Amino acid sequence: MKERDFKIYRGDNERGELVNYKCKVTEGMVVLDVIHRIQADKANDLACRWNCKAGKCGSCSIEINGKPRLACMTRMNEFNEEEKIVITPLKSFPVLKDIVSDVSWNYEQNKKIIPFSPSKKDKEKDFVMMQKDVDRVQHFRKCIECYLCQNMCHVLRDNEGKEKFSGPRYMTRLASLEMHPMDKADRIADIKDVHGSGMCNITRCCTEVCPEEIQITDDAIIPLKERVIDRFYDPIMIFFRKIFGKN
Amino acid sequence: MGNIIMLDISDIRRLKFDVLVIGAGGAGLSAAIAASQEKGIKVGLVCKSLLGKAHTVMAEGGMAAALGNVDDRDDWKIHFRDTMRGGKMLNNWKMAEIHAKDAPARVRELEHWGAVFDRTKNGLINQRNFGGHRYPRLAHVGDRTGLEMIRTLQDHGIHQGIDIHMECTALDITKDKSDRVSGIVCMYRETGEFIIFETKSLIFATGGAGKSWEVTSNSWEYTGDGYGMAYEAGAELIDMEFNQFHPTGMVWPPSVKGILVTEGVRGEGGIMKNSEGKRFMFDYIPEKFANETADTEEEAARWLKGDKDARRPPELLTRDVVARAINTEVKAGRGSEHGGAYLDIATQRNSEDIKKKLPSMYHQFKVLAELDITKQAMEVGPTCHYFMGGIKVDAETSMTTVEGLFACGEAAGGMHGANRLGGNSLSDLLVFGNLSGKKAVEYSKGLKSYPKINDEDIKHIIKKATSILNREKGNNPYIIHEDLQKNMQYNVGIIRTKKEITDGINTIDDLKSQFENVKAPGSSQFNPGWHEALALRNLLISSEAVSKSALLREESRGAHTREDFPDERKEWLKYNIINKKGKNGKMETIKQNRNEPDPELKRIANSAIEELDNEVKKDHNKLTSEV
Ligand SMILES: Cc1cc2nc3c(=O)[nH]c(=O)nc-3n(C[C@H](O)[C@H](O)[C@H](O)COP(=O)(O)OP(=O)(O)OC[C@H]3O[C@@H](n4cnc5c(N)ncnc54)[C@H](O)[C@@H]3O)c2cc1C
Ligand code: SF4
Ligand code: SF4
Ligand code: FES
Repeated sequence: MKERDFKIYRGDNERGELVNYKCKVTEGMVVLDVIHRIQADKANDLACRWNCKAGKCGSCSIEINGKPRLACMTRMNEFNEEEKIVITPLKSFPVLKDIVSDVSWNYEQNKKIIPFSPSKKDKEKDFVMMQKDVDRVQHFRKCIECYLCQNMCHVLRDNEGKEKFSGPRYMTRLASLEMHPMDKADRIADIKDVHGSGMCNITRCCTEVCPEEIQITDDAIIPLKERVIDRFYDPIMIFFRKIFGKN
Repeated sequence: MGNIIMLDISDIRRLKFDVLVIGAGGAGLSAAIAASQEKGIKVGLVCKSLLGKAHTVMAEGGMAAALGNVDDRDDWKIHFRDTMRGGKMLNNWKMAEIHAKDAPARVRELEHWGAVFDRTKNGLINQRNFGGHRYPRLAHVGDRTGLEMIRTLQDHGIHQGIDIHMECTALDITKDKSDRVSGIVCMYRETGEFIIFETKSLIFATGGAGKSWEVTSNSWEYTGDGYGMAYEAGAELIDMEFNQFHPTGMVWPPSVKGILVTEGVRGEGGIMKNSEGKRFMFDYIPEKFANETADTEEEAARWLKGDKDARRPPELLTRDVVARAINTEVKAGRGSEHGGAYLDIATQRNSEDIKKKLPSMYHQFKVLAELDITKQAMEVGPTCHYFMGGIKVDAETSMTTVEGLFACGEAAGGMHGANRLGGNSLSDLLVFGNLSGKKAVEYSKGLKSYPKINDEDIKHIIKKATSILNREKGNNPYIIHEDLQKNMQYNVGIIRTKKEITDGINTIDDLKSQFENVKAPGSSQFNPGWHEALALRNLLISSEAVSKSALLREESRGAHTREDFPDERKEWLKYNIINKKGKNGKMETIKQNRNEPDPELKRIANSAIEELDNEVKKDHNKLTSEV
């Protein structure tokens, strides 16, 4: 058993400071265990979010030494013996208290997305969809809504960006709907205008932090951008559509 | 904002609903969606966590429904029979029937709302094997079925005009003079502000109370709030002695002890071994299941390859049987290095299949235990997992014994009897979520006006909550909770005796008096210490109900094992155990006679499997010739 040093942000959006805590670290502990230990012994009112403790719910997103991580899936033995560990809230969203952020903006983005829309006729019977045709959609649907990608995306760092771009999480959701074999809605105009696909300049920072290893940039955003280009900027496609209709 | 000073209750915000749902897991979301389909009905939804983070998100293996996509011999009758036998015939017959009949339609509906299940070769919803289910029956998405369910319901639900209040904790129910539900007082976790919801009907979909034990697969939310609030409002709790210990929780390292390893591992062919390398489950096949279980490794291997004549491997016996077997092996000194058993899929399936079928298990072990499940065996042991018992409801309306209060999902009791089959919870959430939503609408429409809330009740609820913050000093809520968990683990665990349960009850009494003087330091804003203290009352009520019921039931049945009464006793099949608040304010624990089942249901549940298979075959033939 070894006692280690931690610095944890205590405060709210206006005021706050890094407070020093010591905590004994035993085999197999993750950062969330440390937070819980400190909460139970030294700081009963230290706010933090968690649910599953197994990387499945996406509640425990924080920054550890400046990197966005899931607290429950970050093992203590990842860090050097002497390294001080600094725990802070996500920086792209307002702080509610301590290491808990206000992520409500994300829920608002989700509501703007046209939901899954199968045809009436298809709904009368069982869907027939081949596994290979849903593999990609399932890959996107692994998302646990941890918002680590949203936190990482430089476009969303300020309010101006947040007004223009829904962010990588919702690009992924849009892609999962667009590629669903039974979906009949048309979201291409929305993807460009409401969700701001043009704002992304393909830095791939979102993909790097996704705990579900979703290929956000290459598999979701780039194909969506291509669909937008086909629709709005490709003169041949526009000409075709005029003659033959939407599809 | 500092500590809350008693304020004028006219300052507290009030909102009005026709139907208010507490809990946004699979059950609560289903209920809210169903209720919102009725025009002119105002529906609210309240949850302690953020939307989409409820327990349901963690479910792994799948949801059971007799779709018959993989094996067309399946039928609601077989599903019903499996459920009753798994529940040791103590299930509410009618609920088990409604569940088995309605589950396929609800799963299809989920697909129509956007869920993308794994597919069969023909492009239909794929189904996997699970313990106690005769045929492959669990619709699934790899090992993240719960995520698929909750996300689908969430993304569908936010467009149904439901008023959603997240990170908002319900504290207690109010009733009018004629004992009908009139509202509920809640508190926003972020600000500590109170809010009063006036409502004609209330649906509890608050989940279970697995946080009463030390080793548990459950999260902080599982503090039995629904049980506690319903109990305080006078509702009856049923079958509380039946607590499911899932046989396969992680055992090492210590910080992850209890985290679930899905039964899907065994469904996909995983086998159990002891320290001597012996596949021990062959030694624990109960007589009742001997006919339907493979008795050699050779037959089990054929079954895995898809041989329809081979019987199921013993690893897929019901959870109570497997959990007790591991317990016995460990006690006999044949446990694994850290006191569990080995679960091995590495020697049964190739590494690609494992990663494809069980991706989150692969990831979980790799990160948390630094173990590669495609190469090494996992170490597993029993972990507290699920409450079969809960708030007693009417099978056909989901109404509790309090007028206007409904319950569904894990919060409700009865459907699963003495032991739940894996996969039967997720389907239960859809079926009874939907049913309770509709029935609550009917009830609310029948009321001409809002039942009245008494202001004194509100004051009382708020005062109780704020006194935890306001008192000068007192007991640490975390310590009381830890002591309770140790007590339940040790005294009211998997194997129970009169002596230990009695000790357990005495300790709970002691903890109850410590709770009277609990103190949370800090302000009312996002204060986990305060939230923990508020949940403690409900944990204590739940634990007391569990212990008292466990003491009264002098037999072993399903998940309830009494070392001093080792076998099932026929006499006990006649009763459910009920807990309710007595006139003197103390908990009453009584035996209640069960209703006689419908003879047809009784016949189906007791049929020999070959007969029922034949009957189903005839039913299906008739159907196809009619079409
Ligand atoms: C790890 C794991 C794996 C599982 N795998 C499977 C599986 O494969 N198949 C299967 O069928 N079952 C499985 N189960 C069981 C199943 O997941 C649960 O029984 C089920 O999800 C419970 O759903 P629910 O809707 O009743 O409650 P939950 O999903 O737990 O939701 C409870 C809701 O109530 C809210 N709540 C509670 N108290 C309050 C309060 N005081 N105020 C406001 N809101 C409150 C919570 O915030 C939450 O929103 C699994 C369980 C676990 C833990
Ligand atoms: S790739 Fe696009 S969405 Fe992802 S972080 Fe970069 S700019 Fe943001
Ligand atoms: S896409 Fe990945 S990083 Fe982004 S919210 Fe989903 S799981 Fe988290
Ligand atoms: S607690 Fe669920 S992802 Fe960390």
